[in-house]
Amino acid sequence: MESQLRVIEQSFTIRYSTWVHEALDEMPDSFTITDPFISGHPIVYASRGFLEMSGYSRDEVIGKNGRVFQGPDTSRRSVMEIREAIREERNLQISIVNYRKDGTPFWMLFHLCPVFSKEDGRVMNFVGVQVPILKKPRRSGSEFARNAVSLCEDGSGFLETVFGSCRRELCSDSVVELSRILALESVLGVDDAELVDEPCKATDIEQRKATTAMNNILSVLTHYSELTGRLVCRKRCFSGMGPLGASLNISLGRIKQSFVLTDPHLPGMPIVYASDAFLKLTGYTRQEVLGQNCRFLSGPNTDCSVQYQIKESIRTEQGCTVCILNYRKDTSSFWNFLHISPVRNASGKIAYYVGVQIESSCTNEDKQKLRPDIRQLSVVGAIKVAVRSSSMGASTSKS
Amino acid sequence: MLRIKRVPTIVSNYQKEEADDGGARHGGCGRNCLNKCCIPGSKLPLYAFKKVNKVVNGKDVLDCENKEPPVAFLDSLLLGEWEDRMQRGLFRYDVTACETKVIPGEYGFIAQLNEGRHLKKRPTEFRVDTVLQPFDGSKFNFTKVGQEEVLFQFEASEDDEVQFFPNAPIDVENSPSVVAINVSPIEYGHVLLIPRVLECLPQRIDRESFLLALYMAAEAGSPYFRLGYNSLGAFATINHLHFQAYYLAVPFPIEKAATGKTTNLNARVKISEISKYPVRGLVFEGTDTLEDLANAVSDSCICLQNNNIPYNVLISDSGRRIFLLPQCYAEKQALGEVSAEILDTQVNPAVWEISGHMVLKRRKDYEEASDENAWRLLAEVSLSEERFQEVKAIIFEAISCLDENGSTTGGPDNDQDVKPQSLEEIDAHHGMLPGNQECLVLH
Repeated sequence: MESQLRVIEQSFTIRYSTWVHEALDEMPDSFTITDPFISGHPIVYASRGFLEMSGYSRDEVIGKNGRVFQGPDTSRRSVMEIREAIREERNLQISIVNYRKDGTPFWMLFHLCPVFSKEDGRVMNFVGVQVPILKKPRRSGSEFARNAVSLCEDGSGFLETVFGSCRRELCSDSVVELSRILALESVLGVDDAELVDEPCKATDIEQRKATTAMNNILSVLTHYSELTGRLVCRKRCFSGMGPLGASLNISLGRIKQSFVLTDPHLPGMPIVYASDAFLKLTGYTRQEVLGQNCRFLSGPNTDCSVQYQIKESIRTEQGCTVCILNYRKDTSSFWNFLHISPVRNASGKIAYYVGVQIESSCTNEDKQKLRPDIRQLSVVGAIKVAVRSSSMGASTSKS
Repeated sequence: MLRIKRVPTIVSNYQKEEADDGGARHGGCGRNCLNKCCIPGSKLPLYAFKKVNKVVNGKDVLDCENKEPPVAFLDSLLLGEWEDRMQRGLFRYDVTACETKVIPGEYGFIAQLNEGRHLKKRPTEFRVDTVLQPFDGSKFNFTKVGQEEVLFQFEASEDDEVQFFPNAPIDVENSPSVVAINVSPIEYGHVLLIPRVLECLPQRIDRESFLLALYMAAEAGSPYFRLGYNSLGAFATINHLHFQAYYLAVPFPIEKAATGKTTNLNARVKISEISKYPVRGLVFEGTDTLEDLANAVSDSCICLQNNNIPYNVLISDSGRRIFLLPQCYAEKQALGEVSAEILDTQVNPAVWEISGHMVLKRRKDYEEASDENAWRLLAEVSLSEERFQEVKAIIFEAISCLDENGSTTGGPDNDQDVKPQSLEEIDAHHGMLPGNQECLVLH
């Protein structure tokens, strides 16, 4: 776990510099920042406001996935909506039940926003802003209750009456305001523990609070990314990641093995996707690899007949499995137990070819693991599912 | 006796039409099947899942998601073995070569054009008025599939850990449960889960088998891997107990549907009505153990079976949400009450279709697929509101009266007998059930 925390710390500061923590720590709002490129999609930053609201310490939150704050009363549908928004890399505002450390549930408005790399258009982080929602109090005869109903319908009016302050003051410090509201809640006798299944709708005020907080956070991140040169922006400014859609990128990113996708419809049949494991195996960077044909991996002692075999298989739209001598960037060679297969998209036609590499010297000593060839085929299967599903027309990646 | 004619789906390369199966089978098959003739000495991979009372929504499950997953392991095993069979040519067609799309619109219905799924064969007659029918060994069943169609055995592990044995002998004494391919797949990875295959159980749900299916959903750990069940009379064609499953990485329309009126069965299972969806049904969600959730659903299914009401079940969200859908389409069809236009599409509304995934045989239907068409078809499948409320009441009455510790007698049919003393155990928090107020929920 410790090494993961180091990875997290590093990835965040490499992108935004060490000073970003200070700037984010100054903000009163409750928010978390996650990194979809780290296994498990963990939280890499949690604000003061979030820790106060949830009751957790920073150590208990960093490295965890956001779903640890969900619980029995969290609607599975809302979980699904968040999952789909992440998969499609788009904004979302949704009411959802979360749980504090002490186990008490509460409704909140969750506002999700992707942060894109300016360089290649990939999502670098997701920012999640949490605004607690006042649950609509049940109707009772008392005057408090009548006024309380109007709190949800038109929060501004009631709050101004009670606190005699103007909107600007109210919006300034959300945490202070929250405690005022919570105090109100106990006066009205709202039973916080008895949550009903109708989603609690956020008021305009709450939505605006979320949007404002998000804008502030994104400004900070954009600014600090300029310090490191790894610029980010809130809209996808450039889809330099090639013809692959966002949703497909995310799905492929979950596959841990070494593989590449090539596009047979483009001249030269270039690589359009390379997994991290592939880059690690071959020693190249992503930039060096994208756009190249796979033959750059071959070298002086590579058997031409094997190369020909690969070419023939592709020409006849078939798969093949070969053992080929390949070379890393540092010119060292390795035996590549390579499996190639055509991959179709939702139209039923071949969209890509996948090449899954296994370095032959890696043998499985653990009898409880899958045979290497089955593991290799499972990569093919996972990619076939991902390519087919992501091209069915469901997702429209909105910036 | 109500019957309809259908072209049955071929799920195994060893499945022949009943009509051809004159009984003049040459004995001693030599086909490497799952029957006594071929099994001794056979080996299959065995995936043994951790049979701990999993906490469904709690943090314990989540902790292990960050470690190197046994969760992803089942995925890899299934996908890898499935792709292997693809390359060996065991499927009747390449399902990834079938066009598919999400129909633009509010609901996200999914349509696929699959002309190869049903060859022009002679339709067979199916009896659709009886949900419970005895197993008939002369008809096709899963002991007749070739072993190459079986991907692995799926059993509970002896100890607390997931275990995998690449080459485990098949224990005939403790008939294993197996996962086999469906040679006419609807989607990539389409498999059949066959509980205790050698026991030749008929197509009817029991607590143990349903729990097995739920464990599989949880083990696969992917919200895009769902399991489904069709009862007889709800478009199951093989009367040998089986569930189906496959991968599709988009949400199903039924999963996106809102839920209406909710009832807490007890502190650990809640049941809601599906709303704003053409088919009326119930959603079960558990907050504690898989077993609680499984029992609630299987007891409801048993109740429907005993009342001769056909139904379908969809296990979604890695086993956290289960949809129970009683239906009446086959009966309507037999009575001639379905419009010709809908009949012409030859869509048999089984669990996948009801969930919103439609496999269409004609290009015309595929091109013209729309929210309205899908809705219209599914609306025919649904029970009416009055009938649904009746059925819901029957279910609630049955499951709330059950002894909380489960049917120790082992026979699921005994569940209708209420044990008087159990009524005295009162759940302090939740006793709310529609209808029969005397029958209180047990804790």
